[in-house]
Amino acid sequence: MREDAFDAIVVGAGPAGTAAAYLLAQAGWQVVLVERGDYPGAKNVMGGILYRKAMEEVIPSFWEEAPVERHISEQRLWVLSSDSAFSLGYKSDQLAKGPYNAFTVLRAKFDSWFAKRAEEAGAILVSQTVVEDLIFDQDQVIGVRTGREEGDLFAQVVILADGVNSLLAQQAGLHPEILPYQVALAVKEIISLPKEKIEDRFNLEEGEGTAIEIVGENTKGQVGTGFIYTNRESLSVGVGVLLQDLVKSRLTPQDLIEGMKTHPLIRRLLAGGETEEYSAHLIPEGGWVAIPQLYRGGLMVAGDAGMLVNSLHREGSNMALTSGRLAAGAALRAKEVGDFSAASLSSYRTALEQSFVLQDLKRYRRVSGLLSGHPHLFSLYPQMANEAAHEILVVDGRPKAEKVQLIKGMVFQKLSRWEILKDLYHLWRTFR
Amino acid sequence: MKLEDKLYLLKFKPDEKTHLQPKEEDCQRCTERPCTTFCPAQVYKWEEGKLVVSFENCLECGSCRIGCTFVSVDWRYPRGGFGVSFRFG
Repeated sequence: MREDAFDAIVVGAGPAGTAAAYLLAQAGWQVVLVERGDYPGAKNVMGGILYRKAMEEVIPSFWEEAPVERHISEQRLWVLSSDSAFSLGYKSDQLAKGPYNAFTVLRAKFDSWFAKRAEEAGAILVSQTVVEDLIFDQDQVIGVRTGREEGDLFAQVVILADGVNSLLAQQAGLHPEILPYQVALAVKEIISLPKEKIEDRFNLEEGEGTAIEIVGENTKGQVGTGFIYTNRESLSVGVGVLLQDLVKSRLTPQDLIEGMKTHPLIRRLLAGGETEEYSAHLIPEGGWVAIPQLYRGGLMVAGDAGMLVNSLHREGSNMALTSGRLAAGAALRAKEVGDFSAASLSSYRTALEQSFVLQDLKRYRRVSGLLSGHPHLFSLYPQMANEAAHEILVVDGRPKAEKVQLIKGMVFQKLSRWEILKDLYHLWRTFR
Repeated sequence: MKLEDKLYLLKFKPDEKTHLQPKEEDCQRCTERPCTTFCPAQVYKWEEGKLVVSFENCLECGSCRIGCTFVSVDWRYPRGGFGVSFRFG
């Protein structure tokens, strides 16, 4: 090992990278955390849900000091037609009480705070710096080449947490080019509204928040979802669609989000609000089959860079935090035995397999195929759910038996019994 | 709200050189040019028989890297300190 080498280099100050850097620094390691943005969070975008459990395993009781927006006490699912919505929801006092299940966060603020905590623990944060190459000694990664002059950095281990566009993981031969059906392109707006308006419109006590997931008309028949999350004094409103579908449909993300914002169910929630920011992000949704090799000699990959996202349950930040934490654990074990080879770092993969991260991704391994192969789940079924609800709920003097016949006729006019059976079978196989 | 107005809200520090380089011969043989619709910042426009790349407006999502018909875009991160900076994220 070179004399000027650090113990670890972490690439990317998002939840995965910062968790790893924080824990290694806490263990007394010399850690460099390299971030390409002006500050941690400057380039980081997500819908906005951070899960307590995964973050607490890095910093206990973090929410007492971290810049979180609201704790989520209600989750809703809306199934939209063009002028109506079928809705489901769960609201609980238990979710409204500490220690909470999840929070909305704004990443520019949260990631800055988190990286500051890593610095306080002893990590060296290097911002405004792009890592352009990995440095190898035969098969072993021994450092990184940054865009700065004389910017080579060396370490015993490098942790890649550089996000969905992990050019470095590709360069290390860990995964092939991502394909358009394996990512969703999401766009989001931060829309400011006074705190009282948010709490009134969403039926919330002070500090409580709502997360609404939205399927159906808002994606115009494409595979995807939309969302509205409440922040302290703003709403995060967005929609994401498989890139493959956008390539085919020729619809623009701008038209999708504007269409969603004017839906009769959504318009009033946003009324009077002002758009403060517009952003875009790719969500790695390839699932189990698209997970790259997650380690090699001297190198581990965490978070979005490793495709560690459960798109079905919109869980990503928890998988990022947990994979960063487990990568730090594997690095510490490797140091104990003085061996940073691939064989030694394979304990990272084992730890992920023993955690919910790879167990959930394996369990829902068929989701990606189900969704991209059954687009009518996002178009026809939402429409039918709304039409059926309408028939049942409108009181017009016709007997219920007649209405049920009408609904059946409407359904079988659009899909054969065989097609419905096939869909049910695929759903059962995916979720059993 | 128009896309231009949304982009106007953002803080950009554009580099002098582009970080997005599609190969011109690929764009010329491309008939669909999906980048001109799916790019969330409309960085790509087809004008007078050429693809114009307004890299200064790039949101750095990476869609063009993956969604290009010929996977033709030499896609890099902007140099350190350049590109978009989100205030909320």
